[in-house]
Amino acid sequence: MTRYMSLYFTRIGFSVATALIGVFFALPLVWFIFAPFNPRAELGLAIPDPFSLSNFETVFQNTFALRGLWNSLLQSVGGVVLVGGGATLASYALSRSPIPGKHIITYILLLFSSVVAGSAAMVPIFLIINGMGLIDTHIAVIMVFAGGLLPTAMFILRDFIDGIPRSYEESAMVAGASPVQAFFDVALPVIRPGVVVVVVWAFVNIWGSFLIPFILLRSSEKMPASVAIYSFYSEAGTPIVTLLAAYSLIYSLPVIALYLFVSWKFGFRFFGGIKA
Amino acid sequence: MASVSFDSVTKRFGDFTAVSNLGITIGDGEFVCLLGPSGCGKTTTLRMIAGLETPSAGRVMIGERDVTFMHPKDRKISMVFQDYALYPHMNLADNIAYPLKVRGESQEKRHARAREVADILKIGQLLERMPSQISGGQQQRTSLARALVYPSDVYLFDEPLSNLDAKLRLEARGFLNHLQRDLGMTAVYVTHDQAEAMALATRIAVMDAGIVVQYAPPLEVYRRPATTFVANFVGNPPMNLLPVEAMISDGALHLKAVGLATAPLRVTRAAAKALESGKSLTLGVRPEHLSLASGGEENTIAGQLFANENMGPEALVTLEREDAARFTARIFTDEMVALEGRVTLGFSSDHIHLFDERGLRLPLDHEED
Repeated sequence: MTRYMSLYFTRIGFSVATALIGVFFALPLVWFIFAPFNPRAELGLAIPDPFSLSNFETVFQNTFALRGLWNSLLQSVGGVVLVGGGATLASYALSRSPIPGKHIITYILLLFSSVVAGSAAMVPIFLIINGMGLIDTHIAVIMVFAGGLLPTAMFILRDFIDGIPRSYEESAMVAGASPVQAFFDVALPVIRPGVVVVVVWAFVNIWGSFLIPFILLRSSEKMPASVAIYSFYSEAGTPIVTLLAAYSLIYSLPVIALYLFVSWKFGFRFFGGIKA
Repeated sequence: MASVSFDSVTKRFGDFTAVSNLGITIGDGEFVCLLGPSGCGKTTTLRMIAGLETPSAGRVMIGERDVTFMHPKDRKISMVFQDYALYPHMNLADNIAYPLKVRGESQEKRHARAREVADILKIGQLLERMPSQISGGQQQRTSLARALVYPSDVYLFDEPLSNLDAKLRLEARGFLNHLQRDLGMTAVYVTHDQAEAMALATRIAVMDAGIVVQYAPPLEVYRRPATTFVANFVGNPPMNLLPVEAMISDGALHLKAVGLATAPLRVTRAAAKALESGKSLTLGVRPEHLSLASGGEENTIAGQLFANENMGPEALVTLEREDAARFTARIFTDEMVALEGRVTLGFSSDHIHLFDERGLRLPLDHEED
């Protein structure tokens, strides 16, 4: 009997401990959801009283911040199209064609991508973009993001495509399809879950990135939301918590929406998941 | 329909020669099985007809057309893949009709045709389903339907039944045989299952290490295997092979081995020239040509009983000789065979196979034609 009792208390103890840890990590999220609706929000957690949308009203009057959201969308979608399209075609070619040393190519690219996307290469990137005369353009931001994310995207997708039997395309070609037809009719629909993963990953990466647009852009009307968020800091550098909270919530909505849309439409499957 | 011919075709993958100097012709309306163990080059041969591999040397012809370097889509062929390769995002109707879609047929026409073929293959009621929602046997039929939905010069099969369980495989085999009788299609069929090849083929090409060792009708392959490899590969259980020593006396051939007694044999005059006493040969006897005998007679072999497996209509009796070689007999009886200790199996001189030291067949006198 005592053995059962001790087991019982161990279980309870364990549950309580994990619950406490969970609460600890949930607190910022709860703040994140409550604070925007609280006109007197501070860094401490408080239930909005009264519940109000006045923070949002003020935020919507800040045209710089609103334009930032639009710019973020522009740059993210542009980057995602480049990364998604480029990675799909490149990784398909890498997976299917007998290029000697193709594994090494991918690994070298992967190595470089972590350099390009990181801050270490910001100075040369700035110089290159400056030399191209593309400073303060959306296309510069989009291209630098695409260059940084493509290798990893290719790496993920190539792995995915390697796992798909060639007999799909082979049977299509034997049936009379050209290689291009076989790709679009058969291969692309089969690798779509992998492409979706890459697209979501690239979108989230670009959407949340601060350094690259901050360095490559000059004019305030081109800055994305990640930079524009600093307009909710006072001159002295202290955050205006109420507005910052409201803007942060708006800023994170597109990413949440994308996740929900993708999991509803495709479901998340990283590896395999194809049943013939 | 058309014939297929290989003109000294070789295929290398790096240092590995998968197919070596292949020169067979598959006649119009023939059903040819490429039979051999895995890695013998049979699938590579098939894929060269399909255009999924390009020969390193030689030419591949379909009818009068040189297709050696032609893209698969232009070859007028159909192929059934081992894994069926059904497109997971299309329902069965669209899967079956895909070849018509790439040929620009209207949706209405191709679905009508898909239904027609599906009805013949008894999957007509499944056309709205997705490939993941049907059984393995139904998937196999669907991939067959996709191959039959448009007229082709040659139909290619890459081990289409190997993913089915034993019972379904027999059923599908019978159906394929029926289909061949109905359509008279030119077909090339890759398999490692000798029973499948025997049942379906009009001619079998037995392949070993990239070389066709025998290309003949099934019964010929069974009755007169060209080499010990073929003898061992075709037939179930495989032919018993025993190393023996040749003894020539009075122009007749005697075979010497422990526990073996044979009647004097006559080989053809041509074969006799190459023979001399003391040469090592291989004696082959099929299990179905062995029967229980009492000791001391001619044409018998003796040893200790090793296994006695009752299968219902037949029993497999295996004896083990002093040199650890085993001999299996198929005894056709539905009685229990009671055996113990030393067993003697008898055979007839008419059902003996002889192979020389290189494993090549030595024609016996009664086979001369």
